[in-house]
Amino acid sequence: MSKILILAQHDGSSINQSTSKAVTAAQQIQGASIDLIVFADDVNTIAAKASKLAGVNTVHAVTTSNENWKLAQGIAPKTAELSANYSHVFGPSTTFGKDVMPCVAALLGQNQISDIMQVIDATTFKRPIYAGNAVITVKSNHDKIVATIRTASFKTGDMTSGSANIENHSIEKAQTDTKFISLQAGNSERPDLQTAAKVISGGRGLGSEENFELMYKLADKIGAATGASRAAVDAGYCPNEMQVGQTGKIIAPDLYMSFGISGAIQHLTGIKDAGTIVAINKDADAPIYEVADIGLVGDLFKIVPELMEKL
Amino acid sequence: MKILVAIKRVVDFNVRVQVKPDGSGVATDGVKMSINPFDEIAIEEALRIKEAGKADEIVVVTIGVNDAQQQLRTALAMGADRAILVESESEIQSLKAAHSLLHIVEKEQPGLVIMGKQAIDDDNNQTPQMLATLWKRPQATFVSKLEINEDKALATREIDAGLETIEIKLPALVSTDLRLNEPRFVKLPDIMKAKRKPLDVINIDETVTGFDDKELNIENYESPQPRQKGVMVESVDELVAALKEKGLV
Repeated sequence: MSKILILAQHDGSSINQSTSKAVTAAQQIQGASIDLIVFADDVNTIAAKASKLAGVNTVHAVTTSNENWKLAQGIAPKTAELSANYSHVFGPSTTFGKDVMPCVAALLGQNQISDIMQVIDATTFKRPIYAGNAVITVKSNHDKIVATIRTASFKTGDMTSGSANIENHSIEKAQTDTKFISLQAGNSERPDLQTAAKVISGGRGLGSEENFELMYKLADKIGAATGASRAAVDAGYCPNEMQVGQTGKIIAPDLYMSFGISGAIQHLTGIKDAGTIVAINKDADAPIYEVADIGLVGDLFKIVPELMEKL
Repeated sequence: MKILVAIKRVVDFNVRVQVKPDGSGVATDGVKMSINPFDEIAIEEALRIKEAGKADEIVVVTIGVNDAQQQLRTALAMGADRAILVESESEIQSLKAAHSLLHIVEKEQPGLVIMGKQAIDDDNNQTPQMLATLWKRPQATFVSKLEINEDKALATREIDAGLETIEIKLPALVSTDLRLNEPRFVKLPDIMKAKRKPLDVINIDETVTGFDDKELNIENYESPQPRQKGVMVESVDELVAALKEKGLV
């Protein structure tokens, strides 16, 4: 039988939805028994929230110090240690999971299966390579599987009605070579880009940071999160956490509306799982139209104000 | 301080790879090969640290086929001092790469290892973290700003929530994100000069001894599911109507 340990992601006050998505992926393995591991300096509050995720039996709550729960070196050793009796160790394929999980894999002497997009069976999974231009089926023949779960491929489950047991743990010797200093967080007023149902996204076509305001206004009008292409972030029109694509965020909103984005393959891989993709660009030959469900060719500076009026 | 930069030879980022019809792999014969873009950023960062007087030698290493010497020569032309090719005819997975690089790290004793956060071929995003773990040194992944202060470094990381700053004690490993820097172009005279810089070749078997390589089995390659063909609309009114029909607004 599969026994799966999932590394929970949180921000200190709530459990990140990517954790629930990892639980959803784990539940697709037949007969799986699922536990969570969560780290925090003040772990009780967050462990209580983790225990509400439906389908979880036990939450391993590990107390850390000096904000070590934010650091890969602070949590990987304990995660590896507590995974002794598990067949699988999963983490979300977010920057948090990507940072920590390979450390866990190395400590366990395993190769990691990154970005699982489909569960075939307990030891076989599908994952994208080459910016999503190919999909491989990977099988592990080993006693332990370490993997990250591509969040756009799995749904958020029930995060409120669970009643898992909580087991407390501590770290005997905390690491001191890495220190958390600060986090400069983005705008938290708008919906979270990774979990939003609607996303308004802008590219190089916006032309400036000032013009990019149009994207925020439209997003606020329809209650959407905002995203961007690499070109827009590189040009300084908007902050890095808005980047969508191969090396940014991989998202799957119901509606993705892109403005002035040409659609490099590295960007398209980030939106392939979106429900409806709308493309607005002045260049009718832009590759974004190859994946768009609805396309409109024209000047975004005329189209956006008109949309604001008519939506 | 010595900086070790680990790079990978990959299919150029402009090439749209195709899956072979029999599902045995992707077609890479005759396609353009380049330094992984994130690794180019790693080389550039090392050069800038050296130019700021905070490092005295840059060693660049790759694991790959004999032809990967081309990518090492490019790194030397950019300004690296010497290069090491760990030759492997077959493709290896992340854990073996990390063990092999650990061997090089132990031999070279760098104060800093810089490498790209992921290779754009297998998109694994694992080897830097694995190497840091095996080396038992701190890591700063997805770094967009790096400041070296004697025996410490201040690293700003691009994470989902925004920009996180951490302090790491050296020696340490840094993996690069896109906005760390813009790599320089190589000039022709530098390409000529690079030909005379030292490039050592060793076999991968000399770097990984007594190591249990738990390789994952890749059973099949396939093309991704294409999205259905969409429609083009002529006006904002039509667009709004289409969105309303789908119940999206």
